[in-house]
Amino acid sequence: MTLVLDLTLCALILAVALATVLGGGVFRAIVFFIVYGLLLSVAWVRLDAVDVALAEAAIGAGLTGVLFLSAFGKLARIGAEAEPPAARIRGFLPAALACAGLTGALAWAWFALPVPERPAPDLATALPRAGVENPVTAVLLNFRAWDTLLESIVLLAALIGVWMLARDEDWHDRFGLPQHVRPGGVMANFGRLLPPVGVLVGVYLVYVGADRPGGAFQGGTVLAAVGLVAALAGLLRPPRVTQIVWRMGLVAGPLVFLVAGIVGAILGAGFLTLPEPIAGSAIFVIEIALAISIAVTLAFLVIGPPEQGHRE
Amino acid sequence: MNDLATYAFTSIGLFFFVAGSVGFLRFPDVFSRLHALTKADNLGLGFIALGIAFQAESWRLVALLFLIWGLMLLAAGTMSQLIARDALRERDGR
Repeated sequence: MTLVLDLTLCALILAVALATVLGGGVFRAIVFFIVYGLLLSVAWVRLDAVDVALAEAAIGAGLTGVLFLSAFGKLARIGAEAEPPAARIRGFLPAALACAGLTGALAWAWFALPVPERPAPDLATALPRAGVENPVTAVLLNFRAWDTLLESIVLLAALIGVWMLARDEDWHDRFGLPQHVRPGGVMANFGRLLPPVGVLVGVYLVYVGADRPGGAFQGGTVLAAVGLVAALAGLLRPPRVTQIVWRMGLVAGPLVFLVAGIVGAILGAGFLTLPEPIAGSAIFVIEIALAISIAVTLAFLVIGPPEQGHRE
Repeated sequence: MNDLATYAFTSIGLFFFVAGSVGFLRFPDVFSRLHALTKADNLGLGFIALGIAFQAESWRLVALLFLIWGLMLLAAGTMSQLIARDALRERDGR
């Protein structure tokens, strides 16, 4: 019975992936891409990788989908809809061959590799010293802290890239375009009802990350979505680049992470290596700071650079 | 007994999902298609949640299932209103 479910899921993922890339317009491709992300996260749940499933649903399907949609809306507003020319099979052939080759190579590698022990023996011996019980969090924030630190900095760099698109005379304006919402209407009420639940879920996800699936990236994305819903409902006005509090929110995560790394070096454990006695509390503080930064960065990425639309 | 209840309620839920999907494919315009999707599918999801609730090991899981159903109701209701308003504006050429 579960085999039928898994086969159906795989067939659906393949079909939706094909529907995403095989033409039919940009908007349709975006919608299929979001569905593809949701199906993938179901597949991750089937593989018992709940952490990855949460990240895929929140970031892969949700946030990336919203980014694509807002980019599409912006293209439509300036009258530059980038509809691809009618599909020419010959033009797609090299890309299709390359992708098929890569898929074949990955499949070969998967079958050639030995079946891994779970949990991996190295991880199993190191986990008691990590300070947290969730092995995914232990790897992300302790054993492979470098990767996570650089990821959080990459997010910041992406936001700075988006801000560079702002025009000089708009720099002191609020982010994005103003939202026109009917007071007491459907969207306004939705914006009031959803955020309390969303904040609860987001904070919970950050908090349980130490022991169970969850963490800064998943929780931060949910919190960013809450802020975006409130902004779309006209309840929050987007801030400005020049507001120092928001800038501090942006850098809090990478900064706290770096400081923790330097403290590790001073205490003799090495840069970005958390000494065992303080590892648990250090990871907790880093997670909170990272969640704040990720939430603020992702929300600002979606809202876009400062624009003059807010001026009366 | 619990298994029987699960079979019964998830079957009812699936029936509503099928009905909603048929309606989505067969109905002529945006508004009636929205009606099929939101009403039938929300009811179907409620029955499926009810059916699964009989398999839950704790009351916490039951509460979570119905929280999910409530959030889906809220989201589907809001989205259908927003899509319908956009379709109305497009139809009236405003």
